[in-house]
Amino acid sequence: MIEAIGLTKRYGRTVAVDDLSFTVQPGRVTGFLGPNGAGKSTTMRMMLGLDRPTAGRVLIDGKPYDQLHRPLRTVGALLDAKWVHPNRSARSHLKWLAVSNGLPAKRVDAVLEAVGLTQVAGKKAGGFSLGMSQRLGIAAALLGDPKVLLFDEPVNGLDPEGILWIRTFMQNLAAEGRTVLVSSHLLSEMALTASELVVIGKGKLITQSSTAEFIDRSTGNSVLVRSPQLFKLGPLLVDKGFTVRDGADGALSVSGATSDQIGDIAAANGVVLHELSPQRGSLEEAFMQLTGDAVEYHAEIGK
Amino acid sequence: MTLLAVERIKLFSTRSPYWCTALAIAMSVGFAALLAANADQVGVGLTQAGTRLALVVVLVLGALAVTTEYRFSTIRATFLAVPGRTSALVAKTAVVALVAGVIGEVAAFGSWAIAKVIKPNADLAINTGAEWRAVAGVGLTFAIGAILAIAVGILVRQTAGAVAILLVWSMLAENLVGLIPKVGVKIQAWLPFMNADNFLAVNTPSAGEVEATGGGVVFKLSQWGSLAYFAGIAVALLVVALVVAKRRDA
Repeated sequence: MIEAIGLTKRYGRTVAVDDLSFTVQPGRVTGFLGPNGAGKSTTMRMMLGLDRPTAGRVLIDGKPYDQLHRPLRTVGALLDAKWVHPNRSARSHLKWLAVSNGLPAKRVDAVLEAVGLTQVAGKKAGGFSLGMSQRLGIAAALLGDPKVLLFDEPVNGLDPEGILWIRTFMQNLAAEGRTVLVSSHLLSEMALTASELVVIGKGKLITQSSTAEFIDRSTGNSVLVRSPQLFKLGPLLVDKGFTVRDGADGALSVSGATSDQIGDIAAANGVVLHELSPQRGSLEEAFMQLTGDAVEYHAEIGK
Repeated sequence: MTLLAVERIKLFSTRSPYWCTALAIAMSVGFAALLAANADQVGVGLTQAGTRLALVVVLVLGALAVTTEYRFSTIRATFLAVPGRTSALVAKTAVVALVAGVIGEVAAFGSWAIAKVIKPNADLAINTGAEWRAVAGVGLTFAIGAILAIAVGILVRQTAGAVAILLVWSMLAENLVGLIPKVGVKIQAWLPFMNADNFLAVNTPSAGEVEATGGGVVFKLSQWGSLAYFAGIAVALLVVALVVAKRRDA
């Protein structure tokens, strides 16, 4: 479990992270969502003791990172896949990490195998493609078989196959009961990967909720209803307190109701339905609506 | 011990230490060969002339050991694995200093040996304390120089900056201080690399002799005192660097 308590980071007069508190539970993938520059990476660096918080603290299984004995056995992190010396082989990179935390040499081979880099283990890491570097980073994170895993934008720049691989990989790690925190600036990606979301903007917590709840809440669920008897159904729905608007092609757009509720009402009153379909706004729109005020750098488009 | 093993793996799994080692030894031995072949009178002190250049290469090696970690952010990976930054950096310093010491000894005795081969009839026997110090002491100055270079590397974090500072400092700045009228030579007596050279010198002129030959540096410290002073400066700088590294965001 990860607990951030009143985490704050200031660079001079700029506040990068502002009194951020949230918890990350084991057993599921938690998405750490926010636009670029929201303070996600800074927060993750503070979690790992790399940056010093101006105020507040982070506890990992009840302890600050620098109090952990052999920390790689508790926490695995992939903040940047390029944190490797380009002239050092993948195996040497993992070897010094393993030695530093008293891990047996066979762990190096095991994690290389797990991420599929066994073939290129002796090659210089500098020659790796982004996908391979990302795999090496994940191998390093898994080295100590840690209970807590942190990934910062792990799918950035990857091809669809790589994205799918990482997504499945993280879900499997969570299914094994580990705590997995993944940052991203793409809600659509997080919708597929994470079951819990911590959303921040301009360093402040916007919300923490389950992904489904967040999407429902932020996209607003309207239902499109088509029926030859709309004249009868419309007033019934209004009586129930739902908001009814005229949709396209003579259909009705009902918000505040689920398709189940509308179907039940129609059946109870003998109304024939031709279409009953839940409509979702795009995730991107919803995300921008929520974090719109909290984007660090606005671009003026078309002005 | 674990941390020493870690730093050893890190140092020897990249190429720059091998190049620096080869270059340092080749420069001092090559220089000694040239001098031995061309000089009329070859003494033990003269065979060591090239080691002063090798020291500069070792300074670069020491600085690189840290600055490449910052350059490629492996220092962050290091601090993730070993959150106690001081112990990680001290281990690195110990490993690099040890390697530098070994390079120094190989360079010094290699230089002496090549001169002996080229001029077998010259008096190159190492039989006085001063001669032993001039040859076997090279490793000590290299090890201390490496500590100093690592301290500069930690503070500056960039290869170009750290290497420029170390080259200008050791090759140029300390010599140029002597050009300052009157006080220049007095200041020089307290400069670290000057003291390192004083430690290795076979013939140290007394104050009276310096006066007679029209100026020069009169060291206030004994030769071993000079070495201790050089080491003190290097360790003090390292302590400052460790405190800074601990406070700073990685």
